[in-house]
Amino acid sequence: MHTLRSPTLRLIRPPCRRYSTAAPSAAARLNLPIDYRSSPLLHHSSASLSNNLDLPESTTSKSLNMYQAINSALRTALTASNQVMLFGEDVAFGGVFRCSMDLQSEFGSERVFNTPLTEQGIVGFAIGAAAEGMRPVAEIQFADYVFPAFDQIVNEAAKFRYREGSTESNAGGMVVRMPCGAVGHGALYHTQSPEALFSHVPGVRVVMPRSPSQAKGLLLASIFEHNDPVIFMEPKILYRAAVEHVPSEYYTIPLSKAEIVKPGNDLTIISYGQPMYLCSAAIAAAEKAMGANIELIDLRTIYPWDRQTVLDSVTKTGRAIVVHESMINYGVGAEVAATIQDGAFLRLEAPVKRVAGWSTHTGLEFEKFILPDVARIYDAIKQTLEY
Amino acid sequence: MSLNLLGRFARSPRVALNRVPRRWSSISQRPGSDRVQFPGAVNSKFTTEMSFINPTDLPSIPTFRVMNSDGELLDPNRKPLGVSNEEILTWYKNMLAVSVMDVVMFEAQRQGRLSFYMVSAGEEGISVGSAAALTPDDVVFAQYRETGVFQQRGFTLHDFMSQLFANCNDNGRGRNMPVHYGCKYPRIHAISSPLATQIPQASGAAYALKLQALQNPDIPQRIVACYFGEGAASEGDFHAGLNIAATRSSPVVFICRNNGYAISTPTLEQYRGDGIASRGVGYGIDTIRVDGNDIFAVYEAMQEARRIALSDGGRPVLIEAMSYRVSHHSTSDDSFAYRARVEVEDWKRRDNPIIRLRKWLENQGLWNEDLERDTRDKMRKDVLKAFGEAEREKKPPIREAFTDVYEEVTEEAEAQMKELRRIVETYPDEYDLRQYQDGVKGI
Repeated sequence: MHTLRSPTLRLIRPPCRRYSTAAPSAAARLNLPIDYRSSPLLHHSSASLSNNLDLPESTTSKSLNMYQAINSALRTALTASNQVMLFGEDVAFGGVFRCSMDLQSEFGSERVFNTPLTEQGIVGFAIGAAAEGMRPVAEIQFADYVFPAFDQIVNEAAKFRYREGSTESNAGGMVVRMPCGAVGHGALYHTQSPEALFSHVPGVRVVMPRSPSQAKGLLLASIFEHNDPVIFMEPKILYRAAVEHVPSEYYTIPLSKAEIVKPGNDLTIISYGQPMYLCSAAIAAAEKAMGANIELIDLRTIYPWDRQTVLDSVTKTGRAIVVHESMINYGVGAEVAATIQDGAFLRLEAPVKRVAGWSTHTGLEFEKFILPDVARIYDAIKQTLEY
Repeated sequence: MSLNLLGRFARSPRVALNRVPRRWSSISQRPGSDRVQFPGAVNSKFTTEMSFINPTDLPSIPTFRVMNSDGELLDPNRKPLGVSNEEILTWYKNMLAVSVMDVVMFEAQRQGRLSFYMVSAGEEGISVGSAAALTPDDVVFAQYRETGVFQQRGFTLHDFMSQLFANCNDNGRGRNMPVHYGCKYPRIHAISSPLATQIPQASGAAYALKLQALQNPDIPQRIVACYFGEGAASEGDFHAGLNIAATRSSPVVFICRNNGYAISTPTLEQYRGDGIASRGVGYGIDTIRVDGNDIFAVYEAMQEARRIALSDGGRPVLIEAMSYRVSHHSTSDDSFAYRARVEVEDWKRRDNPIIRLRKWLENQGLWNEDLERDTRDKMRKDVLKAFGEAEREKKPPIREAFTDVYEEVTEEAEAQMKELRRIVETYPDEYDLRQYQDGVKGI
């Protein structure tokens, strides 16, 4: 059809910049694009990997991005147990983010399949399958679209074991995976990070990995090591951007255990997911400029969370900042800050600061002003150290 | 209102039988009756034959068409459309305009000039043809592949481009992803990405229009037109929306674009019934299936649906318009990962709403190759001109990030804006505000 002929845009004056809202200011030295290839948060060699994950020396690894690492985790899980199922919208052809690539052809359409377009149906279906002994991994295409399933998660998955009591029936083994977070142009409905909403609900575990190797270990732990329903949130910008060595075989990373990613003595920064990279960059700049020594903690599991690791750290440093991408109002930062003032009040030398998204929606053209960036974290470090 | 409605029901025997709210009628099982009179199923005959209804034994719901794929009218005795040739030419040009804009913008996205785009290829006839049967006072709730509805209702290239480039002239104040248009009058509520959420909203909006018309007989009778795809019809909101519209007799026309794919998921994995139309029957809603490539059929069905929706005090109607999604789902999708290129080529060649109407127009001597070429050239130039202007325009001021969350900006948000301004002024090298209206003063 001739209407599909590719047009030329010669008539249009070349734009002064491309649409990308992530374009940095030319003079910027803080708000630069994250260089994932040199980030200290990623295992650029297999040696650093085996030190960190406490793996046997025989472990082999491969350099993978995060969607490949999740694909590897799902393949490992489907191989390890016939109880594992994988389903969701567009999962059969590999998923819109390619996490389920080739899995239907490898494991068959009985265990890996497309569902109709209904999030409440997908999660309810998973709860039922889990209650009857399977370990279903349900994919919600975007975290922004999980809300039709809110009833199933809040009223059903979270309360299943509690209301069954001595029958001991539960929705454990169910993992609801969903891509979350900002990519620069997702606007209102391809950007949200609703971990705080789910963390308000006792009975579901809420997990968010920061990297490919973390994603695989945490996802396998979510599927196999707990009999609790898990909300597994995958920062979608990391699917392709974050590349590191990932162990090829089965391994797990414990849930509800935070990790001190970088030790320090003067200030504790607590974060999770993609903002870990912003924190890391801000810390590097601040340590250089201010000569401070800053500790960085990845919560990894947002709820139930590792309070002890955070309290021990703040007891040591006396200062704390919590950083997350989603809105500051009634967010994870509020819970962490309140816990710190309750458990380490006498050690605090400055108010606990929160750097998070502002209390608004992520309008397309305004994303970079709404969400935390390196400059805002740097400024919070400076204020907290100088308090 | 009740009395008024009862009066209308009383005049229509069919309505009296089926549509009177049951709390008004006395239901009891009379001895010796040959049919069940339970509240949940009135008038169902008893039978001693145990027979499960197997849907595959039922005939498929037929598809209404007026013109074949050669642009020839199928029934010579059929009464004319009642639309001037001039008007039909406008429909054709509106479909063409959407198609021309789609090609330019899809390519522009590929060049990185805008973040995202969704084309309507193959579905222009459904959106233009159905919108042509609406009055400007009717209200539309759409999904995201109804550019033709905006075009037919007078949305200009300037409006389209301002939204696509999220500039300071965008109705959505730079907040929404491309193709999430919204229009104040004729009213088309701003597109929301989540699927099917608009369906129960349309039912409620239609009920509001009905109440307002009852309360003020001087205002024109209005309907709501609600668009969605067959994938969205799998969401719970589809069920909620149609069922509540049926129970409240909302004057709403639901238009399902059944284009065969929800991103990669084919209809076979989306449902097993006879399309979406079969469900309308289950809700007690007047339903028709039409050939979406036949703009005449779409127009006629919509015109009649609008009439039905406003009759007997109002009631919902479901139109299932069949088509094939010729395009990728969006610029983020490569559909050849899940369907054969030849399948798409085959559909493009075989049938398409624009080519079909063009054949009719040519048969009538109203169109020819020269007009086609000149019109397309002019449209492409107009699109490119509006494109360039919109791309150069400033973005809205940054304070629009915080406005409209609530009717008034909260004290908390004011404090956050102040903090943002302090940050931007403290670290001026870290932020480039040149493309935003009023720069740092716009915060």
